[in-house]
Amino acid sequence: MARKLRVLIAKPGLDGHDRGAKVVAAAMRDAGFEVIYAGLRQTPEMIVETAIQEDVDVIALSILSGAHMTIFPKVLDLMKENGINDKLLTGGGIISEEDVEKLQKMGVGKLFGPGASTRDAVQYVKEWADEK
Amino acid sequence: MSKNIDKISSRGKTWLKQTEESSKNRDIKFITASSEPVELLATPDMLTDFDYERDLGYPGEYPYTRGVHSNMYRGKLWTMRQFAGFGTPEDSNKRYHYLLKKGQNGLSIAFDLPTLMGLDADDSFSEGEVGLCGVSVSSLKDMEILLDKIPLDKVSTSMTINSPAAILFAFYIAVAEKQGVDPGKLRGTIQNDILKEYIAQKEYIFPPEPSMSIIVDTIEYCTEHLPQWNTISISGYHIREAGATAAQELAFTLADGFAYVEAAMARGLNIDDFAPRLSLFFNAHNDFFEEIAKYRAARRIWAKHLKEKYEAKDERSLLMRFHTQTAGCTLTAQQPENNISRVAYQALAAVLGGTQSLHTNSMDETLALPSEKAVKIALRTQQVLAYETGVPNTIDPLAGSYFVEDLTNKMEQQAEDYFRKIDDMGGVIPAIENGFFQSEIARAAYQYQREIEDKDRIIVGTNDFIEEDEKIEIPLLEIKKEVEEKQIERLKELKQTRDDKKVSNALKQLEEAAAQGKNLMPEFINCAKMYATLGEMINVLKQKYGEYVEPAEF
Repeated sequence: MARKLRVLIAKPGLDGHDRGAKVVAAAMRDAGFEVIYAGLRQTPEMIVETAIQEDVDVIALSILSGAHMTIFPKVLDLMKENGINDKLLTGGGIISEEDVEKLQKMGVGKLFGPGASTRDAVQYVKEWADEK
Repeated sequence: MSKNIDKISSRGKTWLKQTEESSKNRDIKFITASSEPVELLATPDMLTDFDYERDLGYPGEYPYTRGVHSNMYRGKLWTMRQFAGFGTPEDSNKRYHYLLKKGQNGLSIAFDLPTLMGLDADDSFSEGEVGLCGVSVSSLKDMEILLDKIPLDKVSTSMTINSPAAILFAFYIAVAEKQGVDPGKLRGTIQNDILKEYIAQKEYIFPPEPSMSIIVDTIEYCTEHLPQWNTISISGYHIREAGATAAQELAFTLADGFAYVEAAMARGLNIDDFAPRLSLFFNAHNDFFEEIAKYRAARRIWAKHLKEKYEAKDERSLLMRFHTQTAGCTLTAQQPENNISRVAYQALAAVLGGTQSLHTNSMDETLALPSEKAVKIALRTQQVLAYETGVPNTIDPLAGSYFVEDLTNKMEQQAEDYFRKIDDMGGVIPAIENGFFQSEIARAAYQYQREIEDKDRIIVGTNDFIEEDEKIEIPLLEIKKEVEEKQIERLKELKQTRDDKKVSNALKQLEEAAAQGKNLMPEFINCAKMYATLGEMINVLKQKYGEYVEPAEF
């Protein structure tokens, strides 16, 4: 039997609004993924370190504070430095279309905004894993 | 009477059976925003125990179910208070002058995340977050600019600040003194509600016990020096936004309120000296009647507990005054203009529920910080409600409605059940440490989301009535990158020009006061005046109290 997909869900930065992160974590658990929920105030260093230790396939970040243009690139850089840039970096939050485009050009995966369905997020991760 | 009720009840059952057999319902769940089933028809037999004098009384009279003032909005409309703050103190100061000019009658300050977490703008953890979600304030200098040319003896100011509330409050008092305003004349509110931070919003710094002690310091200080200041805005808003049901919002918020009352009484304060300055802050969510029932039940529960359990004697201690904000979590990014109508219905519920002040959300808030135009529409929505609809002319017009009275009773019952559960866990703080509130809220949030995805709950424009290829045509407010640099630059300048010796002496005094368990407010004010920064004061206390880490669970 194939190993369960392992997903790390974390909230970087100072923002404490964890409703979305927790709902997505529950939905991914119910979809059969192994969810590692890191919780609040995770620095990019902590996130990448946990990703390596837990041997995850996917890193999903929730950022509602507007700090996404600082945090996503940092995590991406650290993933490259540590040779885990074959993993998927995705996430969600309040992120303008313009910023989504910029981040995707850098190598971040799909980003989900307000009103997105958790089913779409689950589907996206499954498809990414199938293509890999 | 009871024979009559029996007749109604038996006739009602027959009617319901016939209706269910002969009529077909739409294929949707008939539930409230809190996933509670709703009766098709409310009838008098649901209120067999109803006693007007006991359960409702008159406005301004115990148990205040109908309202806290005898003539309610005929005497004074609710305060229209739009929460605002972004960028540098200069940017926000400009927005406040704009809002006051447009007819707003109170200020409401939003701080950025570093400030909320007690971090200076130049702290490495602040990087990328300065001035984004609110205004950046690291020292008295920033507060002086923020409040420039705003007459503090005339406006009332609400500050949304919790963990470091006492320090930002100290900045405010220091600015007032510089303006020549007697602190005794200051009117306003600090949110200062740490318990809901552990429960929902998660902007905590210290562990619960020392945090509670600092809050009691502010209560004690105000009782003596700022008698018109509202010391805590006990907040259900964030609990609801995190996904709680209406009954959870009601119960957890009031439980927090009772915990503050108990903490202040344990310090030896007389309940009637501080309880009149406690106020509450609720959410106005989508479910119209459920929300109105929530506000009515809240007033009744508060009055009963303060009178019976805590034995308050002063009538003002029993009055539950509250602020309301429409529910940010109900706003949609899709077809954002629709949010204007959501906000209008939510505002109507708040006013029918007897709110003392109201913030109406702007339509673009799921996309970014609100633009000036969106804020203006939100404020105008309140003005239309106040001046055109006729709603404020009469008090609590839904009283006596079988449906609303039954809902109000159910809300009270659910809240009392939660109070018992919390008591059994040893109180609010142990319940926080057990993760009780957090898991109740997470479960409710997940259920709500699943109802949307299963289409048991329709959200217009999001899971139905969708417009493909929608283009958002709302101008968005962008915060410039220079804000962070400017704030860091200002701090650097401040640290070069202030008297370092005075600063370190003031910080030392703060440290000693904390070690001796003294009231810290006078020390915060002293530090503020010497231009010690927010972060410097917080760091002194972190050394002593440590930092809180919550168990990460979902």
